[in-house]
Order: sequence, then structure tokens, then C-alpha cells
Amino acid sequence: MWRDALLVAAKDLRIEMRSRVVANQVLPFAGLTLVLFAFALDADPTVLHATGGGLFWVAVLFATVLAVQRSVGVESSNGEAGEGLRMAGIDPAGIFLGKSAAIGAQLIALEAVLTIAVAILYHLRIQGVAILAAAAILGTAGLAAAGTIYGALSASSRVRETLLPLLFLPVVAPVLLSAARAWQLALAGHPGPGAAWLRFLGMFAVVYMVTGTLAYESIMEDG
Amino acid sequence: MGPLETQPLDLPEVPVPTVRLRGAVALLGTFPALSGLDLDVAPGEVAVIRGANGAGKTTLLKVCAGLVPVVTGEATVLGCDLAADRRGVRRRIGLLAHSDHLYDDLTPRENLVFLVKAGGGSPRSVDYALERVGISGRLATTRVASLSAGQRRRTALAVLVARQPGLWLLDEPHVTLDTEGREILDRVIAEAAAGGAAILLVTHEAEVESRLLGLSETASVVTMAGGTACSHLRRVPGGSGQAREGAHVA
Repeated sequence: MWRDALLVAAKDLRIEMRSRVVANQVLPFAGLTLVLFAFALDADPTVLHATGGGLFWVAVLFATVLAVQRSVGVESSNGEAGEGLRMAGIDPAGIFLGKSAAIGAQLIALEAVLTIAVAILYHLRIQGVAILAAAAILGTAGLAAAGTIYGALSASSRVRETLLPLLFLPVVAPVLLSAARAWQLALAGHPGPGAAWLRFLGMFAVVYMVTGTLAYESIMEDG
Repeated sequence: MGPLETQPLDLPEVPVPTVRLRGAVALLGTFPALSGLDLDVAPGEVAVIRGANGAGKTTLLKVCAGLVPVVTGEATVLGCDLAADRRGVRRRIGLLAHSDHLYDDLTPRENLVFLVKAGGGSPRSVDYALERVGISGRLATTRVASLSAGQRRRTALAVLVARQPGLWLLDEPHVTLDTEGREILDRVIAEAAAGGAAILLVTHEAEVESRLLGLSETASVVTMAGGTACSHLRRVPGGSGQAREGAHVA
């Protein structure tokens, strides 16, 4: 399983290095979202300070939808989603873990750049770095795992591009809530209470990792 | 020797079919794409599948690959009961479908290394397989997205050459190939059959069919209609290359 996961993750990351879809399209989209939020909120520094963490995670959520769609898209040809991977004989749990790891790695890189963008655009002082980093890692693990599951569920649908956000966004609302709260507390200089939100993010990630590892075969075969 | 002791009977060895379907029914949605198909394909046999559009040819290949489940009837491939485990046998099957299942952003060599490793094989066979199908030099390190349809087809064929499966499922493999590519494909099929692999090949081209029948001593033609096999004619050894009616009907 782990060997297969490594193989799939390395393949997906190599495809991203070549195509640069996340770097050249998803990242600018997420950055643009942050700019538009600032316009919508009239660039009021007080409001932006108070909502910066939440806006950051909304942008990450939108970027996750695109990253998952890309991950599903590279496995689909002529509407036969995932047939090549199925025929390759790879352990489905390995496919799930590998795809989740690749999406997670891309999102972490994207979040690092967006953090700098948030600090510049919203004039936020980055503090409570340990809580910020922990929330980013745990939140990203949950988003990547849930995204991989719902990406596979929607893959065989002819309307997968529109179906995925409809299935995925409500499910990950708890990640948005917890990660945004943890970030708001850390950025406001009160990182202590953020630990409770980290536990919730960790639980969410573990539940979806375990669910995906156990259920991915049925999702791929019967989805 | 006591009265209850037994000893093995000296019976002639009957080869276990690579593919054995009995009354196989497979659904695409609610439509019975296979409707009670009986079929045996022996190791080393080249079985040419023909029939009109919608006869169930591609579904037959997908059933053999474990991609479409058999809802009633029996399906055994390479000794594995597909009703019990559709996934386990896939590492020993090669499928060349209408879509080539290659990654556009990877090179042919990278695609093969990934797919061979995924099947548990050694990437040492990759360079040989690519050269065998005429994808060598700079072509092997060019992105698949930049290749022509025929070159993509050759690359997909190289995956099967590198993995050496026990069952080759080929869905109109000659389409998009040039004359040289078709000759290479025929040679590769003949070698695989000589090595004991069973070949199921769908084609609509009569010329391809008659050429393929000459590739193996155990070539046969399966004619499908309405999701079942109307006839399964085996080539008579030493014959003209044409399958003869009545030689065998499954």
C-alpha cells in the first residue's frame, strides 16, 4: 500500500511540475479571490484584520476544489474515469493515500504563498506561527483526504465539474470553521485557545483518512 | 495397495482456459450488454472478436478485465473467479482500449516506468518495450501530448510488451497505426501467443482478421450479436488461414 501510495504521489507531483496547473492557474485564482475580498470589504483594515484568517481559508477551499478537479482530470480520458489506474493493478488504498498526499503537498505550497499574500494585502502581522502551521497541516490533510474521496465519487459523472463543489463544500465546512478560528486566534495574539480547534481539525483528518483508505476500492469499482 | 487407496488416473492433460465464461450476463446501467455469453479462450489462442456496433464486443473485453461485473453466470480469467475478485487478476491482464490511458504530461518512458512499477514489474523491460514498438531516441522522452495518435497507440502497446500479461485484451488495436505499426503489432501479438498468452482482439477489418488468423495455430473467430456469441470457429491446423465453420462452436 505505501509503495503504491509513493508511486502515485510521485507521478501526480511530476505531472504538476510539468503542467504547472496549480502554480499557474490555481494559485493566481486563490490570490485573486483574496484581492476581491479586499475590494468587497472596502479595504477597511479593521474588518480585514478581523476576517483575514477566515478569508484565507475560503480562498484555500476554492483552490482545493480546483486542485481536486485537476487530480481527477488527469486520470480521465474519453469519460472513462480512473480506468487506467484500475487496470494498472495498484492497491486502491495506495491510490487514495498517494492522491491525497499529492493534493496536500500542492496545497501546503499554495498556502505558504497565500500567507505572504494575506500579510501584505490585509496588513496582518503573522504571529502564533506554531498554531498557524499546525492548523494549516491538519486542515490541509482533512481537505485533501475529503477532496480525494469526493473527487472519486464525482469522477464517473458526466457533470463532475459542477457536482464536486456541491458535494465537497458542505462536507468541509467544519474544516473552514475550525481552521479559520484557530488562525483568527493566533493572528490576534491569543494562540492558546486555538489548540481546541486543532484537535477538531486532527479528528476530521483522521476520520477522512481512515474512511478513504477503507472505502476507496468500493468507490472506484462501484462509483 | 489396500482397497481404499487410490492412484492418479493417467488422463490426457486438458489445458485450463485462460478465459472461461458460462452464461455470463453483464449490465451497462440496466441494458444487458452481455446476455448469457459462453466462451472459452485457451492459452496461446488468438481469438478475433467481430460483430456489429453494439454487439457487446467491448463489454466482453471489459468483463474479462474485471472492469464490468458479471451479474449472473460464471466468469473465470487466468484461474481467478471474477465474481469473487475482479481486481486481483488485473496485474496479469493487459488492456489496449479505445482510450490509451496514458498521461499527457509524462513522456512515453515515464508512463511505462509508472505502469510497469504499478504492476509490480521491473522497469528494466521499459527500454526494450519502447524500442520494440519503434518509440526510441527523442520520441521516448517527448511528452505524450506532443505525439501523434499512432505514436500514442504504439506507446500504449509498449505497456503490454513491458508487462507481458497472460491475457491481452485489444480493442481495435490497428486503428490509427500506419503500415509499419500494424506489422509491429502483428509480430508482437504472434510472439505473445507463442509465449502462451491468450489474445482477445476486436476488429471490424476483414483484412486484419484474415491476417491474424495466420498468426497462431490456435486462432479462432468469435462472432457476436445481441450480447452473445453466435459462433466460435477455430482455425483448422494446416488450413488456409480461414476459420472453418463447424470446427468448434462454443
